Amino acid sequence: MSKMTTILRLPSSPSNANSVLSRLYQSMPVLLLPVIGLLMFLAIWNGVAKSIDTSLGQFPGPAHVFEQAGTLVDEHIAQREKADAFYQRQEARNAARMAQDPTYEPKVRDFTGAPTFFDQIWTSLYTVMVGFFIASVVAVPLGILCGLSKSAYTAINPLIQLFKPVSPLAWLPLVTMVVSALYVSDDPAFSKSFVTSAFTVSLCCLWPTLINTAVGVSNIEKDLINVSKVLRLTPFAHLTKIVLPSSIPMIFTGLRLSLGIGWMVLIAAEMLAQNPGLGKFVWDEFQNGSSESLARIMVAVLTIGAIGFVLDRLMLSIQRAVSWDKSSVLR
Amino acid sequence: MTGLKATSLLERFRTVGASVCAALVVSVATFSTSVSAQAPAVGWPEKEELKFGFIKLTDMAPLAVAYEKGFFEDEGLYVTLEAQANWKVLLDRVIDGQLDGAHMLAGQPLGATIGFGTESHVVTAFSMDLNGNGITVSNEIWEKMKAHIPQEDGKPVHPIKADYLKPVVDEYRNAGKPFNMGMVFPVSTHNYELRYWLAAGGIHPGYYAPHKGDTAGQIDAQALLSVTPPPQMPATMEAGTIYGYCVGEPWNQQAVFKGIGVPVITDYEIWKNNPEKVFGVSQGWADKYPNTHIRVVKALIRAAMWLDENDNANRPEAVKILAKSTYVGADEDVLANSMTGTFEYEKGDKRDVPDFNVFFRYNATYPYYSDAIWYLTQMRRWGQISEAKSDDWYKETAKKVYKPEVYAQAAKALIAEGKAKASDFPEFGTETGYKPPQSEFIDGVTFDGSKPNAYLERFDIGLKGDTVL
Repeated sequence: MSKMTTILRLPSSPSNANSVLSRLYQSMPVLLLPVIGLLMFLAIWNGVAKSIDTSLGQFPGPAHVFEQAGTLVDEHIAQREKADAFYQRQEARNAARMAQDPTYEPKVRDFTGAPTFFDQIWTSLYTVMVGFFIASVVAVPLGILCGLSKSAYTAINPLIQLFKPVSPLAWLPLVTMVVSALYVSDDPAFSKSFVTSAFTVSLCCLWPTLINTAVGVSNIEKDLINVSKVLRLTPFAHLTKIVLPSSIPMIFTGLRLSLGIGWMVLIAAEMLAQNPGLGKFVWDEFQNGSSESLARIMVAVLTIGAIGFVLDRLMLSIQRAVSWDKSSVLR
Repeated sequence: MTGLKATSLLERFRTVGASVCAALVVSVATFSTSVSAQAPAVGWPEKEELKFGFIKLTDMAPLAVAYEKGFFEDEGLYVTLEAQANWKVLLDRVIDGQLDGAHMLAGQPLGATIGFGTESHVVTAFSMDLNGNGITVSNEIWEKMKAHIPQEDGKPVHPIKADYLKPVVDEYRNAGKPFNMGMVFPVSTHNYELRYWLAAGGIHPGYYAPHKGDTAGQIDAQALLSVTPPPQMPATMEAGTIYGYCVGEPWNQQAVFKGIGVPVITDYEIWKNNPEKVFGVSQGWADKYPNTHIRVVKALIRAAMWLDENDNANRPEAVKILAKSTYVGADEDVLANSMTGTFEYEKGDKRDVPDFNVFFRYNATYPYYSDAIWYLTQMRRWGQISEAKSDDWYKETAKKVYKPEVYAQAAKALIAEGKAKASDFPEFGTETGYKPPQSEFIDGVTFDGSKPNAYLERFDIGLKGDTVL
């Protein structure tokens, strides 16, 4: 037993050289372990990839995927150049038509070329944000209502439990048909595929925010509620001064979960609704079945992961900023 | 580094700017000389921004070429091309107006108009190509079939009839195993070709009975056909779910390249120069935008001409265009195999099929009523049309869906502009829309488009006369 303790103490012995070492040793897990993990992952990926032969050729290893990422960047640049040429041709054509047909009102149309990988990332982000926004606007007030009123909660809870576990794929056909039926206009501001995807995202990422808001609101400290009663705050003042400030950390916990779910759901929704985002990219590449397809899909998989991670970190930092209990551990 | 880049960019702008200016001057000059000489033969397009759908198959080529070569822009059309998930999604999106038009199976406008599947009036004024499909079986089936096929110089004699598949189907049926095959859509060319080939070899492909709610098409079937989207065919066969399939390119050649199956016959050998895809739009759209419709057809005709020009001289370039991931996206060598006039059956058994993909010659783009009627006869033969119809009904339906008058306007405009010759097209004054009787089918049965009911009487397997299931 005593031997064990000496061994354990060794790194933190007070000598000068050792203190640097010990600091390094202490920070080592934070810096080194992720790198080791990553390297091991790449090594295993590389090894396993070599031994998987699909009908589309060998499963892509890290090098192949990196190369395709480069190709996607090149394609984006090439497409931008085509777009410039397109606008110039269009100007010339508009002018020519004006000369021939003076009543013509020329307008500049957007580039008609296919969206590149980066355009698709942007579409996906935009779609998920719209879906997430709609979900939040519905879920937060509803959650507050459920938290404040026991009877509202009892009434709505069965519905929450019923719809929470429903997969986006089950919703999608219904949403598609409803959007087709209700969203009719000659010059729609948004494409139907976009509206369908965004609504499917909303339907699926509503629930964590709703539940967490309800829990946050119903768990407000008794003392605070008593204060509100003693001061005879109006219902509105009670809401803004007591309820919202004290439940904000929980609301944001819910929002963060919702955004995570929304991002996952989006990819599936885009695949089926054909919204030109990352989901469609994956689907189209799968359909292409070229020898580069798998590597390009892998680029998309890593991109989806990276964006999901960044979104989560952003929500986490907002959550930290608005949380009044700085001692609580958030991860 | 950045300085260098900036100057070169600036330079590029200058040169482009100069050329634009020059183009402007020239175009203005030409216009002022021919001022009011004539308003353009076809009126200005009512709708300029269009979105067309397609399925990832080589025969979408006219659309890709019309876009990449600027033929759409020459007509003042700003077209976006978008790949669709499957034929059903594509048709539904044309019907509900999300797409202005699309690359369609010849049976789709017909099926939609007569109400088999989604009901809606869809029309076509442009036939996109001839031939281009093949039937592929898995390696296992091929090994069993091969024993029955006559050989010459160590190679199987083509065309391979389904007679040689029959013993294999019987073997599976006797063992109690369903013999499953894939096709791409109930009203697809592939479905009818596969059925035609099987039935010609004595294998019953099954009936549909929509009036009883049966749309699976497997009543009395010896070979069970089911729908699989084209790009998933090879994978589905590899998984053992189906033993063979009928599909367009590149999905037959893909099976050879990946070593998972062997194409046994092309549709060229089932019915020489059969019509394949069409460009479909909804009737409502065609009524609302007549000039746009004609201009779209003009652009597509030019693209088809380009594809067949000088004995397929442009095909290698077309392959490069199609290989882009936003179009077909398959590997260039796979696409090139069929697009440049060859077809690889068994690995290494590459044969010349110069007319495997025909885009323009033989009046490939003209929407013949008789083509429509052939598809309608097959719908009747397999029960998709559940009751007897008069010859007149066939002709009226064909007239409702196929619009050669729009095609003729487009072609005449191209001739007037000097972009095409009158000899490139049928004689519009006398053309009836009915091809002379054709007998180049694998079973030698003659098809005369003006007598559909008499044609149906000639088949042993299939509904005819007043038969109702």
